[in-house]
Amino acid sequence: MNTAQTAETTLQAEDGMDQYLTFMLAGEEYGVDILRVQEIKGWSTATPLPNTPDYILGVINLRGTVVPVIDLRKRFKLESIAFGQTTVVIVVKVADDGFGERIVGIVVDAVSEVHNVATTDLKPAPDFGGAISTDSMKGLTTVDDKMLIMLDIDHLMNKDVLKDFEQTEQE
Amino acid sequence: MSIDLSEFHDIFFEECFEGLEVLESGLLNLDQNTDVEEINAIFRAAHSIKGGGASFGFTDISDFTHVMETLLDEMRDGRRAITREVVDLLLKSVDCLRDMTNAAKNSEDSDQQRTAAIKQQLEDMLATDGDTKPVTHNDTTQTKVSEDTACSPVEWLIHFRPDSEMLQTGNEPTRLFRELATLGEISVQADMSNLPAYDELNPECCYLGWELVLKGDINKEQIDELFDWVKDCSDLEITPLGNYNQPSTEAVTQADNTATAEAGTTNNDSKNAIQKAKVTDKPKGSGAGKESGSIRVAIDKIDELINLVGELVISQSMLSQIGNHLEDTDLSNTEILRDGLSQLERNTRELQESVLKIRMLPISFSFSRFPRLVRDLSSKVGKQVELKLSGEQTEVDKTVLEKIGDPLVHLVRNSLDHGLETPEIRKANNKPETGSLCLNAYHEGSEIVIEVSDDGAGLNKDRILNKAIEKGLVAENQELTDEQIYNLIFQPGFSTAEQVSDVSGRGVGMDVVRRNIRDLGGNVSITSQPDKGSTVTIRLPLTLAILDGQLTSVGEQTYILSLVSIIESLQVIPEHVSSITGQAEFYQLRDEYIPIIRLSEEFEVEQSSDDLSQGLLVVVEAEGQRYGLFVDDLMGQQQVVIKSLETNFKQLQGISGATILGDGTVALILDVPGLIQRHYEKRNTAMKPVSDVA
Repeated sequence: MNTAQTAETTLQAEDGMDQYLTFMLAGEEYGVDILRVQEIKGWSTATPLPNTPDYILGVINLRGTVVPVIDLRKRFKLESIAFGQTTVVIVVKVADDGFGERIVGIVVDAVSEVHNVATTDLKPAPDFGGAISTDSMKGLTTVDDKMLIMLDIDHLMNKDVLKDFEQTEQE
Repeated sequence: MSIDLSEFHDIFFEECFEGLEVLESGLLNLDQNTDVEEINAIFRAAHSIKGGGASFGFTDISDFTHVMETLLDEMRDGRRAITREVVDLLLKSVDCLRDMTNAAKNSEDSDQQRTAAIKQQLEDMLATDGDTKPVTHNDTTQTKVSEDTACSPVEWLIHFRPDSEMLQTGNEPTRLFRELATLGEISVQADMSNLPAYDELNPECCYLGWELVLKGDINKEQIDELFDWVKDCSDLEITPLGNYNQPSTEAVTQADNTATAEAGTTNNDSKNAIQKAKVTDKPKGSGAGKESGSIRVAIDKIDELINLVGELVISQSMLSQIGNHLEDTDLSNTEILRDGLSQLERNTRELQESVLKIRMLPISFSFSRFPRLVRDLSSKVGKQVELKLSGEQTEVDKTVLEKIGDPLVHLVRNSLDHGLETPEIRKANNKPETGSLCLNAYHEGSEIVIEVSDDGAGLNKDRILNKAIEKGLVAENQELTDEQIYNLIFQPGFSTAEQVSDVSGRGVGMDVVRRNIRDLGGNVSITSQPDKGSTVTIRLPLTLAILDGQLTSVGEQTYILSLVSIIESLQVIPEHVSSITGQAEFYQLRDEYIPIIRLSEEFEVEQSSDDLSQGLLVVVEAEGQRYGLFVDDLMGQQQVVIKSLETNFKQLQGISGATILGDGTVALILDVPGLIQRHYEKRNTAMKPVSDVA
């Protein structure tokens, strides 16, 4: 890989290109729109919230703001692992339909890279009937022969989290 | 050069609403006594709205206000007596103007028909002679002129002598003349008679006067418009020359003269009034207007903050200096460190207090609507009422202030409708015909107390009790204290009004009042004496941002209980614990059995011990019933800043918010009523399958 070129391209997103922060989750690489990422911080214990789904780990203190943290492994029904050295919380801003902006932390195995991806390079994800609907994915793309799954963080964090949550509450 | 005025529109609307409030309260005061200064204040408020409306292109607002202003001007000059009729009409105009402003703010169309109707009424009023009329014709000042000027004059003589301070207000005569020149042919003669000797000359003062002759097809309104901004601070005379000479115009000129002369003398006051008007905050839109997100803060509060931050910086630098020399472990250092830390603590506390003060506004913002309300309602229900406001300067959190308005309105309406009697009955009962209604606010501890009291008939104890029995709220032979009976009126669906009136009595009122107040973390109660009147007392926390909390621990978790919700805490005596059907546990507290709720079960967290005798029981009260919350231990008590969970997540039942503890971790604040409700809902759903099987 040409590192010089990578550095150059990571600095500036070109026209028609979006920058994605990618992270690892059970050996798969996922990406989120980098403009949504507010910060990345190390994992620290969260205060559990009662009567919430298991993938909501609780709330943490982010410089005076109370922010919910979601375990993406559990959310995707992946096998849970012990949080280790590389475990990080990616703090993202989520546009809430009609409610303004919310801040949510997602716990992932490790952060990976920043990639420039052209919108045209995103292929729609095939329906595979998994734990999350394909609606939560912007699409799939290939960078350096690796498949990246680009997530639609708004959809994932609002629709799914809260919908599932409300369902569990009603049940 | 074009400036986008739209960005100033919000400011205009805000000022407009403020002006309207000044207008309204001023007009209401006119009822009682007639102070010239009072009328002046009203006039100036109307004038600012008119000026603002014209500058921002809201011509309908400015046109409408103009007619009001004319009427007010007559009142100010004593040419029109202040009658209830006039005041009523003006108040109606204020309402109309408020709707117009709201419509303009929301970019909607205002009710043109209504506006036109009221405007017509105002003009009709102007057309009738005022009760006192020293000068003939002058009752038709402006309206007449517009008719007269339909036939255009040829020449105008303008005598213009500004006050010496005019330049300081940013008005530039030459620019005015340039504008005048665009209307027609102009010749200017300067009057330099007042010019002082050179060494006495103050370059910021205007010493000149001018005589202008303007030729052309111009009407007086066009000229008036140009001088609109300066006519308050100058001596202005506009007279037609030549063949155009009608008596009415003479009168107009004279009337204008008196007006301008007076305006000149009260110029300084008008500035004061504007400033005063600016202090008043919170536009009270009568309808769809959005709640304002901004807050006006007195400058001294900000200065105080700046001072405190300054002190904080000093403490910080002091501490960092100690930090830098920490390696030389001198014992004297620890002493300084301790001093520094205590200083820092004091600074932070003071800073927190002052920041909270910023959100505090006097309750008068909420009280100010009542004079009008009482006035309108009392005439509607045919009662004579005197409203007394006291403690208006008592400060309360803005959020509390915004939410307390509606319950207060309801209570006042109730007092007026049910509490106070008609003059006839009052007379028969040897009471003054005019009833009195008092609104009082004061601080008590960390609470604000608001009282709504009247000297009316008081609550009818028997009627309430009968009604309550009828509705099945109390058992027939139940013994109740007077206080308990009175407070029954806060039960849902309770109204003793013999007939439902327009004002109140739909039976949804008092329980809504109580719910709203409870939502604010407050309490409401009522006391009453037959034939002496009743008093409703509302107690509210001063702020919703801070809570006096009791930290409790359950397993590894820390939960915070509001200190006021705790009645007592006790160690469990195992013999006093009993259970019903092996499911619900009760604790015998003196002569009462209270349900035990285990927080660890509620929140599904590990508790260090399930054994009740190992932990503590915190007795809390919700909805009149006591409960024992089982926790591991009580920790410290401290003030906690409430952070909403909703901001980034959503509200959870049983939890009113979260806070950040000294060690940086998040702790949840418990909402006791919600928690108990949840407890029973959960229990009921858990019971269901059992009963199904059985």
